[in-house]
Amino acid sequence: MRLQLSEDDQAFREEMRTFFTSEVPEEIRQKVIEGEELSKDDIVTAMRALNDADLAVPHWPEEWGGRAWSELRRHIWYDEMQRAGVPPPLAFNASMIGPVIAHFGSEEQKQRFLPPTASVDIWWAQGFSEPDAGSDLASLRTTAVRDGDDWVVNGQKTWTTLGQHADWIFTLVRTDPEAKKQRGISMLLIDMSLPGVEVRPIELIDGGHEVNEVWFSDVRVPGDLLVGEENAGWSIAKFLLGNERVGVAPVTATKRSLARLKELAADRLADDPLSRARVAELENELLALELTALRVAAHSTDGEPHPASSVLKLKGSELQQAVSELAVDLAGSGSLASGAGDDSGVPTWQRRTTPRYLNYRKASIYGGSNEIQRQIVAGRILGL
Amino acid sequence: MDFSYDDEQVALRDAVRGLVGKTYADHDHRRSVTAEDPGYDEQLWARMAEMGLLGLPFAEADGGVGAGPVEIGIVCQELGRVAAPEPYLAAVVLAGGLVAACGTDQQRADVIGPLAEGEGLPAFVHDEPGPPVTASQDGEAWRLTGTKEPVIHGGSASVLVVTAALPEGGTGAFLVDPDDAAVTGYPVYDGSRAARVDLDGTPATPLGEPGRDLSASIATVLDLGRVMAANQALGAMRTALSATTDYLKSRKQFGVTLNTFQDLTFRAADMYVSVELTQSMVDWATMVVTTGDASALADAATRVGLQASRGGRHVGQEAIQLHGGIAMTAEYSVGSLVAQLTLLDHLLGDGGVHLRHLADRIDDHALVEPLG
Repeated sequence: MRLQLSEDDQAFREEMRTFFTSEVPEEIRQKVIEGEELSKDDIVTAMRALNDADLAVPHWPEEWGGRAWSELRRHIWYDEMQRAGVPPPLAFNASMIGPVIAHFGSEEQKQRFLPPTASVDIWWAQGFSEPDAGSDLASLRTTAVRDGDDWVVNGQKTWTTLGQHADWIFTLVRTDPEAKKQRGISMLLIDMSLPGVEVRPIELIDGGHEVNEVWFSDVRVPGDLLVGEENAGWSIAKFLLGNERVGVAPVTATKRSLARLKELAADRLADDPLSRARVAELENELLALELTALRVAAHSTDGEPHPASSVLKLKGSELQQAVSELAVDLAGSGSLASGAGDDSGVPTWQRRTTPRYLNYRKASIYGGSNEIQRQIVAGRILGL
Repeated sequence: MDFSYDDEQVALRDAVRGLVGKTYADHDHRRSVTAEDPGYDEQLWARMAEMGLLGLPFAEADGGVGAGPVEIGIVCQELGRVAAPEPYLAAVVLAGGLVAACGTDQQRADVIGPLAEGEGLPAFVHDEPGPPVTASQDGEAWRLTGTKEPVIHGGSASVLVVTAALPEGGTGAFLVDPDDAAVTGYPVYDGSRAARVDLDGTPATPLGEPGRDLSASIATVLDLGRVMAANQALGAMRTALSATTDYLKSRKQFGVTLNTFQDLTFRAADMYVSVELTQSMVDWATMVVTTGDASALADAATRVGLQASRGGRHVGQEAIQLHGGIAMTAEYSVGSLVAQLTLLDHLLGDGGVHLRHLADRIDDHALVEPLG
């Protein structure tokens, strides 16, 4: 048992800290720290800065830009990134489809897609969920039917995050309607500029436009865009979702939000013992979660996550939500002024609290809802 | 950064588990042991001494083994796993710890040697139900007056290590012969024993240099005690969880095993989350002890104390609820685990006390940094 990082890992941490704070534009990082919405350009600029330094996709295979780091270094990289307010690499590209193509794709697909995926020259969207296929993803109904060399796709995807920016979408489609649920599913890459693809915005409770519906009407997709074996899409999806869960516990970002909130709401906190206790309790829970993340990172080998990793998503999303809830409370009635302009007498941070609080209700739903996480813990870990 | 035990630590854990776990594998044994004074298994205590466990934290020169906090934590976790009523925390960590930190060479030899060998049992006499116990000096002689209670295993102690207010201010510590004090023992709800100690001009020997304020050393020993109490609580939480999952898999109602009901399995999953979060904090706080930094230890002790309190209550309460009526009975083990968790929670300040301290200090830092 040893608390300190090794000298090499300390040096690595310094290197990351220096890079993130000096090579990613201050203006973008400031937006992240203040909780402002990022533009497409911001996200692309930040990810390219990382990619130019080989820091965008360290967990990919080395020949495609990976760094073969230990899990601990990956943790340090992610931690320092959040600490500096650097937007993490676009998840659809870096965490989802990239590793899938690298693992299951043909050599041709790797050559064609991996470099522009790492550099966001292709912006990917995730086409998994459907109106009747949420947590029960395998009940999806979008079909792809063979026609000559092509696939003809019909159906509807939903909750497509940032689909309005996307160039391509990776989809799960039903390629064998006769087979049982999981068996007849394949993964297909679809160019969103093809005729028959339509993106419709979904307005959310925070007033923002973050997710979309994507409709496919007789979209003709070339046959070489199927990833892996036909009807083997379910195992690819499981591989992808397993990776997704690892990256969805932004512990450091939540810590940073809480630290910023303490500054912004210092006056209120000065003489409000109950709110101070909430801050202290959250800080302690975040510490326990961060230590769990470190423990998981230090003891995951060969890509097999430590069993406690399921705790990260479950607790990480709850704490993210709890901090956003505390912010609304500390803002008080100022939190009502969400629609006021910059001439408002209410401080900006107070005006932003409620949309963010409402927005973060998503955190316990996406990436495998927290109920799915409990099912995983109960079933796989506790054997119940 | 390493959260794993080395080979020797794994061997120690297995050996302690073999001894302590085996002794209390049958819950009836715990019941019969705690039914009579001194409320713990003296044979087991002797075996623990033979294995070197009672001298673990102390310097070899004092008759100890010179092991570190990780090793002490391992023993505490294993004791917690079976809700062992042995007074390890009070006698070894707290009373022994204070004598080791402040005692003269002679005092250390007198108290720690016998403790390590299982021959002597010091009690940590600190809590006060009312006004502070005061020390007075008359030439070379010191006397203590006042009441201390509750004193864990005070009734079977061979020497009392008593804290008291000094005439010139500050807090000192004294060795008192139990025969010179009025000691009234009684059972505690978890089956262990405590006592009331009445002092009335009772002769006392100052620990270390007479008249010296030992507040800082006492605080550090208490902080170490909090970290070790959290280790012990973690062990109890682990068993409470595994007993619960075993029960859910075997107990049938409505013709099916209880794990058929998702509400119950989800609640067990939440118990697992509490146990893992507590494990992370316990590992961390135990490693902070090894740094030897008293203020870092004070912070870590408060933080792990809060987590162990929250986690221990959650896991304990749910363990009983998910078992149902059986866990309400004295003949089933889960009740003892929950009773011990409750005791550990209140021995050295509960979650509310820790939270109050942390709430006072939120302006001292921007972020809480585990790695410094």
